[in-house]
Amino acid sequence: MRIAIVDESAARASIIEEGLATLDDCEIFVLTERKALLARIEEIGPDVVLIDLGNPSRDVLEEYFAVSRVLDRPIAMFVDESDDDAIAASIDAGVSAYVVDGLASNRIRSLLDLAVRRFNAFSRLQADLAEAKGKLAERETIDKAKRILMDSRGLSEPDAYAELRRTAMNQGRRIVDIAEALVTAEKLMGGTR
Amino acid sequence: MSNELTIGFLPLVDACLPILAAEHGFAEEEGLSLRLVKDMSWATVLDRLLYGHSDAAHMVAPLAIAATLGRGRPARPLAVPFVLGLNGNAITMRNDLAERVNPDGGLGDPVKVGARLAEVAAERSARGDPLRFGVVHRYSSHNYKLRYWLAACGIRPDRDVEIMTVAPPFVADALAGGEVDGICVGEPYNSVAVERGVGTIVLATAQIWRRGVEKVLAVREPVLEARRPEFEALVRALRAAGRHFVDPANWETNAEILARPKYVGGDAKIILRSLSDRLVLKQGGAPVHYSDFMFQHREAANFPWVSQAEWLYSQMVRWDGLAYSEQDAQAAARVFRPDVYRSALKGTGDALPGASSKVEGSLAQPTAVTTQQGNITLSQNTFFDGRAFDPDDLPGYLASLP
Repeated sequence: MRIAIVDESAARASIIEEGLATLDDCEIFVLTERKALLARIEEIGPDVVLIDLGNPSRDVLEEYFAVSRVLDRPIAMFVDESDDDAIAASIDAGVSAYVVDGLASNRIRSLLDLAVRRFNAFSRLQADLAEAKGKLAERETIDKAKRILMDSRGLSEPDAYAELRRTAMNQGRRIVDIAEALVTAEKLMGGTR
Repeated sequence: MSNELTIGFLPLVDACLPILAAEHGFAEEEGLSLRLVKDMSWATVLDRLLYGHSDAAHMVAPLAIAATLGRGRPARPLAVPFVLGLNGNAITMRNDLAERVNPDGGLGDPVKVGARLAEVAAERSARGDPLRFGVVHRYSSHNYKLRYWLAACGIRPDRDVEIMTVAPPFVADALAGGEVDGICVGEPYNSVAVERGVGTIVLATAQIWRRGVEKVLAVREPVLEARRPEFEALVRALRAAGRHFVDPANWETNAEILARPKYVGGDAKIILRSLSDRLVLKQGGAPVHYSDFMFQHREAANFPWVSQAEWLYSQMVRWDGLAYSEQDAQAAARVFRPDVYRSALKGTGDALPGASSKVEGSLAQPTAVTTQQGNITLSQNTFFDGRAFDPDDLPGYLASLP
């Protein structure tokens, strides 16, 4: 089975590819460029095209599948009415599948399940990364605020932190919010940080 | 009351009414909270609608009918309680081609431009390098109006010229890269191509069909029935947004709102051109006024005339090479829901037509029509070739087309 993965995110495409590589007798092609997409698809002659839901090239691709006489067998969006939940899960995960006419639907479904799992795994990775980045930025802000207190009031580092924490508790706010306010105030007062 | 409705849209100026209903509080006044979800392809907008990510969608009108009839995927009935607007698209060509087919500049005469284009099409065909036009979707009014114009000018689409799909945000690139010789697309993308110097606007689709149906508000039929009061409230909110949209005093503010990255994006000055019916046709040119380039509100523009759905079905039969089917014609006609529009606006003082269907393209001059409430005078509404569409004789109409 020839599978084309169309995704402008190269990172996600490679995660899908890695997942599908475990399947038997599948040849996988990754297309991350919008340019000459149809020519590449024509060259590959895929049995299945997996494309991220929000990809701007989807209308172009659907049109091609609908009218092209180049591919031997027509390709249509995979919608198995007997299993609407599976389709809903793939839409939720953000992947759409186009499949050539006549391919066994159970074979497609297991492939799609796998793709959905990889898409979801990628989303989780991204969420984790965003969270980690957010945490890092918070730590930097708190460090800056501590430095301001240490310099302006001659506090030790633990005391500066304790002061931030005490203020946060008194005001019912998060430490990072207090730290941010302090850093902003310092900037407004002409600080150099 | 907090009834949340999620509405999918593509970044086009004619997504304006739901956006302004949310931004100016018209939805809130009706007890609705709108969440707008932007996508980059109609396929995605449709998927989100069918699988419940959105409750309603800004949609190219023929796609709502195609989805209902199961063209390209299993049939899922959609309903259209509100037409988001009429026309608002243009045909933009590569500068050299525009100069050849419309040497006098300005918006061309569709008949004369068509005659010159036929010569070019023949030359290019003979060279084995046929003219290529881009449209935004196979099931779009752009595709149907472009094809209607070409065919009436003796240029047979798919034989004499190629027509391919190009996503709206990439049409300027496609013109620049020589992938297409012309495009039929909505705003702001014609103006973006002009601004980049890669194309010249030659015709407005309103010159092909003066009052042609464009985007619609599409809803899954069972969802419309289940949440009828909320959708009727949405119809009222969208009417209020339309009133605001057409008032020249609000054009600048609304252009700035639409220019926000989360909506259409881009330059507010360029968006203002279509809002004010003043298009710059050629890079560095003076704005040209063309009245009702976009037609989003007056003359009950949002009323879902059943005859509009039937015209769209006739073009689907014509260009998909289908056999006419009485059953499909009826299913297509049922997609447009004047009954919902009427019950939403009954007693509001807004004008409601007395009929639900009309002979399309038959008004040579302004005509007062019978109404259920209020007054409506419909302006001239013709097709450029003088044909009219009588929905009572769809097979006869199809047989009469070139």
